[in-house]
This record gives sequence, C-alpha cells and structure tokens, in this order.
Amino acid sequence: MFRGWPSRPLRTARGPLIPRRAVHIFANPARFLSIARPLTPWLGWPGLLLIATGLVSGLFLTPPDYLQGESVRIMYAHVPAAWLGMAGWSGIAVASLMQLIWRHPLAAVAARAIAVPGALFAAICLLTGSIWGRPTWGTWWEWDGRLTSMLVLFFLYIAYIALSSAGAERGSNDRVSAIFGVVGAANIPIIHYSVEWWRTLHQGQSIGLAGSKIDGSILWPLPLTTLGFTLLFAAIVLMRMRAMLAEAKVEARLKRMASE
Amino acid sequence: MNHWPFIIAAYAITIVGTLAVLGASFVRMRRAERRADALTRRD
Repeated sequence: MFRGWPSRPLRTARGPLIPRRAVHIFANPARFLSIARPLTPWLGWPGLLLIATGLVSGLFLTPPDYLQGESVRIMYAHVPAAWLGMAGWSGIAVASLMQLIWRHPLAAVAARAIAVPGALFAAICLLTGSIWGRPTWGTWWEWDGRLTSMLVLFFLYIAYIALSSAGAERGSNDRVSAIFGVVGAANIPIIHYSVEWWRTLHQGQSIGLAGSKIDGSILWPLPLTTLGFTLLFAAIVLMRMRAMLAEAKVEARLKRMASE
Repeated sequence: MNHWPFIIAAYAITIVGTLAVLGASFVRMRRAERRADALTRRD
C-alpha cells in the first residue's frame, strides 16, 4: 500500500523545483494520522453547528425575496452543495496530479475519499436546484448550460468512483483513475462560465470576489452554511481516509500472518 | 403557489443526504480502526 514513495523531486537546472521536504512532509501516513485524528472532531462539530445555525436562520430569520418569494431559502442548502460538488472535483484533480507526479499513495487515498461526498453534494445540488426551479421557473428541469454541466459533473463522479474502486480492488497503482481525475477537471471552468457562455435559464453569477448582488438581509446565513458544509466535508474526507488507511493496514497484516 | 413544501423537501434531502454520508463514513472509520488496533494488540 505504501510502496512507491517518491525517489526524486521535480528538478530544474538550479535544483529542486519545489523543496522535497515541503512537498512530502504530509505524505507519510503515520504523520498524516497524527494530524487527522485530532483534527476530525475539530472540523466536524463546528461544521455541524454552523450548518444548523445557518439553515435555521435561513428558514426563520431572513425575509423572502421580492421576486422569488419564500423559495429563495433553498439557496442556503443549494449554493454550498454546488460549491462542494465543484471543490470536491478540484480536490480530486489536485490529489490525482500529486499521485501522477510524485506517486504519493496518500494522494490516491485522498482522491478516493473525496469522490463519494463530492458525488453526494453534486446530487444534492442537482436535486435542490430542480426543486427550486419548479416554483421559480415553472419547470423541474431544463437542458440549460449550468444544469447540464453540473449533471455531467455528477456522472464524472460516478465514473470516477467505479474506476477507482476497480483499481483499489486490483491493488494496483491506479494511474487510470488519476488521469481521469485530472482530465475531468476540464468540466469545472465549463460549469463556472456556463452562465456567461450560454445565457438561457439559470441566473448569472450573483456572488463574486467583487461583491454580491444579493441584499445583505437575505445573504448573511449563506456564509455560515457554506463554511459549515465545507468543514463537515473536510471531516468526512478525513474519516474516509482514516478508514482506508486502517483497512489497508489490516489487509497487509492479515496477508503477512497468512504467509508466516 | 405555496413555496414551503418545496423548501422543506430541499432541506430534507440536504440534511438526510449529509447525515447519511457522515454516519456511513464514521461507522466505516470506527470499524476499520478497531480492527487495526485489535490486530496491533495481538502482535
């Protein structure tokens, strides 16, 4: 499981492109576990608290939108789910790239751990968006650029889960799913810019680095739920990584005991 | 059109889905780490 540690960092004519120690310091499973074990509850509990506060505030403390009415409250669940669906795949792409370049087995574990919660939040985004669309647009579904590219992301997650599970069962250094993880990231900018490239049904970008088009009285619970779901997502990923590492340890130990 | 059934459905899907993956991940982690610890103690 932990074979294939990097032998050489990427190099330029002047020396290593990135200092080896900086890149590989967290790639050691024992060091990772010493950090992940105490970190998991510190991410999970505040995440749950922020989600509960944000969702309850969004239900009862904010006013309805002048145009959309009460249905705007779906935003507090829909937007964090969309963010995590996209951020999850970005995480898979970065981890896959690390797996391909430095052959870190922990990077492969991280990518596999992200896939299921990422797929779940992509599905939640699609479902809550569809439910939001019915009273707002008068339809459950439209083959709009944003909706379609998000559906493609969900299918990419399903394909990645199937590929990486097959690779894990074979016990091989799964380069195919890593390449798929990197190539699939091409869909992320398509999702992001879809509302600008194909102006069909989905509204344009409401929140950006420059500010928000949403009134503050409606907006304020959104950062709470977004941060809360993000922290909980990180805790779930850590739990799944810890489970995979423990399962690998058990499997290795049982194989060794059988051969003795 | 009454929007509240739509809001409740969206919240229910989000909460149930999140708690389901959280619970499944937690149970899998606890089970795997207990098995690993038990094997370590046997050695």
